[in-house]
Amino acid sequence: MEATGFGVLSLLLAVPLVGILVLLFLPEDFHPVIRTVAMVFSLIAFGVSLVVYAAFQPETYHFQLVERMDWIPALGIQYQLGIDGLSLWLVLLTTFMTVIASWASFSIKEKVRGYYICLFLLQMALLGVFMSLDLILIYVFFELSLVPIYFLIAVWGGANKTYAANKFLIYTFAASIFMLVGMVMLSQLHLEAIGTRSFDLLAIQGAVANGTLWAGAMQLQPLIFWAFMLAFMVKTPMFPFHTWLPDAYSNAPAPAMIMIAALPVKMGSYGILRLLLPLFPDTLQRYIPLLLGLAIVAIIYGAVVAAVQPDLKKLIGYSSVAHMGFVTLGIFSLTHTGMMGGSYQQLNHGISTGLLFLMVLFVAQRLKTTDFSHLGGLKKRMPLFSVIFLIAMLSGVGMPGTNGFVGEFLALMGAFESTRTNQFGLNIWFSVVAGTGVFLAAVYQLYMFQQTFYGKPKTVMISRLKDLKTGEVVLASTLILFIFWGGLYPSTFLKPLEQSVGATRMMSLNPAGQRPSWNDLTLELDEDGNLVRVAPRVRNGDLAAFEVTEMVFEDRKHYPFPPEADAPPEFASAQPGGES
Amino acid sequence: MTYTIPEVHWESILPVIIVISTGVLALILEMLRPKQNNNGVVLVSLVGLIAAMAFLVPQIGSESIESFGAMVFRDGVSVILQIILVGACFLTFCFSEGYLREKRIPFAEFYPLALWATSGAMLMVLTNSLMMLFIGLEVMSIALYCLSGMAKNELRSEESAMKYFLLGAFASAFLLFGMAFVYGATGSLSLSAVSETLTFHMDDMGVIMMLGVGLILVGFCFKASLVPFHQWTPDVYQGAPTNVTAFMSAIAKIAAFGALYRVLAGAFPLMDFWFPLLVMVAIVTMTVGNLAALVQQDVKRTLGYSAIAQAGYLLVALLSHFRNPEAVSLNATLYYLLVYSTMTLGAFAVISMVARQGREGTRLRDLNGLWSRSPLAAVALAFCMLSLIGIPPTAGFVGKLFIFNDALAAGLPLLAIALAVNSVISVFYYLGIMKAAFVTDENLPQGESAPAHVGMGFVLSFSVVAMIGFAVFVAPVSQVFSRATGDITSYEVEIPEPDPDAASPAAASLSAN
Repeated sequence: MEATGFGVLSLLLAVPLVGILVLLFLPEDFHPVIRTVAMVFSLIAFGVSLVVYAAFQPETYHFQLVERMDWIPALGIQYQLGIDGLSLWLVLLTTFMTVIASWASFSIKEKVRGYYICLFLLQMALLGVFMSLDLILIYVFFELSLVPIYFLIAVWGGANKTYAANKFLIYTFAASIFMLVGMVMLSQLHLEAIGTRSFDLLAIQGAVANGTLWAGAMQLQPLIFWAFMLAFMVKTPMFPFHTWLPDAYSNAPAPAMIMIAALPVKMGSYGILRLLLPLFPDTLQRYIPLLLGLAIVAIIYGAVVAAVQPDLKKLIGYSSVAHMGFVTLGIFSLTHTGMMGGSYQQLNHGISTGLLFLMVLFVAQRLKTTDFSHLGGLKKRMPLFSVIFLIAMLSGVGMPGTNGFVGEFLALMGAFESTRTNQFGLNIWFSVVAGTGVFLAAVYQLYMFQQTFYGKPKTVMISRLKDLKTGEVVLASTLILFIFWGGLYPSTFLKPLEQSVGATRMMSLNPAGQRPSWNDLTLELDEDGNLVRVAPRVRNGDLAAFEVTEMVFEDRKHYPFPPEADAPPEFASAQPGGES
Repeated sequence: MTYTIPEVHWESILPVIIVISTGVLALILEMLRPKQNNNGVVLVSLVGLIAAMAFLVPQIGSESIESFGAMVFRDGVSVILQIILVGACFLTFCFSEGYLREKRIPFAEFYPLALWATSGAMLMVLTNSLMMLFIGLEVMSIALYCLSGMAKNELRSEESAMKYFLLGAFASAFLLFGMAFVYGATGSLSLSAVSETLTFHMDDMGVIMMLGVGLILVGFCFKASLVPFHQWTPDVYQGAPTNVTAFMSAIAKIAAFGALYRVLAGAFPLMDFWFPLLVMVAIVTMTVGNLAALVQQDVKRTLGYSAIAQAGYLLVALLSHFRNPEAVSLNATLYYLLVYSTMTLGAFAVISMVARQGREGTRLRDLNGLWSRSPLAAVALAFCMLSLIGIPPTAGFVGKLFIFNDALAAGLPLLAIALAVNSVISVFYYLGIMKAAFVTDENLPQGESAPAHVGMGFVLSFSVVAMIGFAVFVAPVSQVFSRATGDITSYEVEIPEPDPDAASPAAASLSAN
């Protein structure tokens, strides 16, 4: 496809980069100026992302605002950006959490300039992952994110910082280098199938969609699938590759944790949605019981282990394992409901964990510790603080009215639908066991709340504490706003996800030739979620209105297959009008 | 019989002549001004290198030329490699002076000797004749032996020079022995004659040629520090003065791989013999280098083992090219050589800063608190380490991506996976070095380091900019490489009669691909 110029997405990517360059030329000891500049750039980035949101058309699953330029033409590697519903919210979450984290990071007192450079580098890497449409570009940003996190932990971290930072980097690098080999193999397959060398996600997915890519290389699919899956399993993190996370969480500097906890793990779940489901449909279906099982283990295991943690940060770390378990549970249920829930839960986890870590920061600033043996009885001294903490916690538990409820409910609902119909060799016990995770979440969250706020103060420091300042309350209430907004009126957030989730699901379920293709602009999903052929349109044009010419594949939105069928049915037998 | 004067093509040899004469000039200048500072010598050397570069750059993309009676063979590969060699020497000179003063090494002969070593390396990549390869190798090696021992008061330095010399002499003997076999079989010293002989007389010459080529490979594997001929590397890297280590790690590696490339191209019909051997060597080299690096305490020694591992990566790139020269270009090898020299020079430049008051500072703890003392140095070190690991967006990542791509395109997935596994192992020790510079350990005394002077500042900034620049602007760089080496798609000798059975098995299997 032809090259386009730079656009608004490149601008968004450039804002943190310019921020880094500006910071580099500021004097090291001029802390107020550094903080102001950092704040300004994070706000600019947020502003630009709002422009992206305004330009976004939720009626299509195709990538929008696509920018394309050659990077390494010899290998078919491009600089290609674009967004769809799945990435839109993660982009917004990234820029929003950067604002919060930059503000909260005013408490960092040493090496401030380097700290903010790391923060912006992380923001840029995350935005890059969420917006890139070229495999190598995704990998570049995926790995680039390791560098700032490594330094944030190793330089500004807590007691065990070196160990935690090394473990984090080695774990994630070890997993993702094989993804790089897998990516090169994919481009090799593209070369064999289509005749051109390309790392273009759109082109490769297009070849998967019409069945040409895997036609002669089906035996390679599981190999490359696991090469990708390993990277995402470590990142998400899924059991049993989660062990880096509690160490990293408990040793990273608290203000940076607002970002590190909320965002980098999303690269894993986003990678599953963006790459794994569309590119390896056949293998994915074969391993669904295993993957769903691992998601459930993560939910239960994360919750149980969280309940015995002696430290606030570690507890939230393990609770993240459990929450991300709900995300993967929803995604791997491969039902529309479940996938909507999983992708929505990504966003919720970012907000509620971000808020929890903001609370941790307030505790750590006042008491210099987050160990339960030094907490207790905070409620009396800090009533306002305990209310905010309670809200964050209830969102994590999945209390109706908070965003966590919607996400977890949809994910469980999806898992239920999928297991009830015995698809992919699943049975109902999968969802029953997963359901207990909600109850277990209440156990450890309440334990955490009780240890922190009730009982007698365990140190004298606590009796001298003052409640939150106005600035801190304002900071926290921006996040609380989204917790309730997402819980009471979730369609704001669910609507843009709809088409992309539907398309991703069809990419992984439909037979070759009837899959949606990112490359083919004449395919579209109608409002019932059916795949239809439409009159030709242009990329980056108006994609919202389309003229349907032909039905390609009719979808049952809520069940993967007709619920009455026991054996996995033939796709071809799906009759028009069979909406359930 | 009439004797014809061989055709002389001055342009191709001019850069080498400039470098040699700059060395002579630098030596004379040093003698004329004893007991003075070396600034004049450095200046002259740098100007000479710039001049050589100015004559090299226009040669990119010009056609291959054989002159001086087939002694000099200039093609795209030799031009590119010479440019990298001259650039590496230039960077070394930029940061050497501060280090030599700090270490109190009154050895201004460093500059002329290093220039001559460079000229030897340039000759090695500028020829297709075994004789010239040997002369170039010896010119380079003897200068390097002297340089390793130039810190006369240090036992380590003396030891490293001795070790390097003795083992190097052994390797040269192997090389010469192999050349004798080849000459005996073919009656010619030219590598193109070797490949002709192999194509047409495989049956009667096969065994003796195998012996000859095998011994030659031993010689160059030694210089490229490939396992099992690597044992000298960590000792010499550790013992030699740091600027010499930097110089050597770049120059010797480029020259050795240039020579290895020529020899393998000449011995292409024997591919069935050397290819599986070198695949083994590549895997073992990567693994041994990385595993041994894990347990080192001394930064220079660690980087010595890392140099071994990186040689393995380079060999993967080279082997992928030879496996399928039509589909896999030489770009990956050249690009990785370029990137490797830059990052290794950058890393050693930072290490050389830690030396204070005549004492070498090469333990990990000497780097403690480097970030507070000299942020630029610490950042440069971090970029070099990240690039050596292969983490984007550094050039080392793009280089590794090229190698992965080549290995898979050539149908060598085993090498690609071995490379991936080794990249993971390498994270441990590279991170250790990076951590030492950034994470201040209060329990240890703060190390000391020299302030960055202009030359050092230039080298450090250059390595940072290059690590990003080579990655972002990889398209123009590889375009230059393609212009220089794009016509190299086959190493088979044209066979006059159309008889498929006459082609060597390797060539046959190749055309089947």
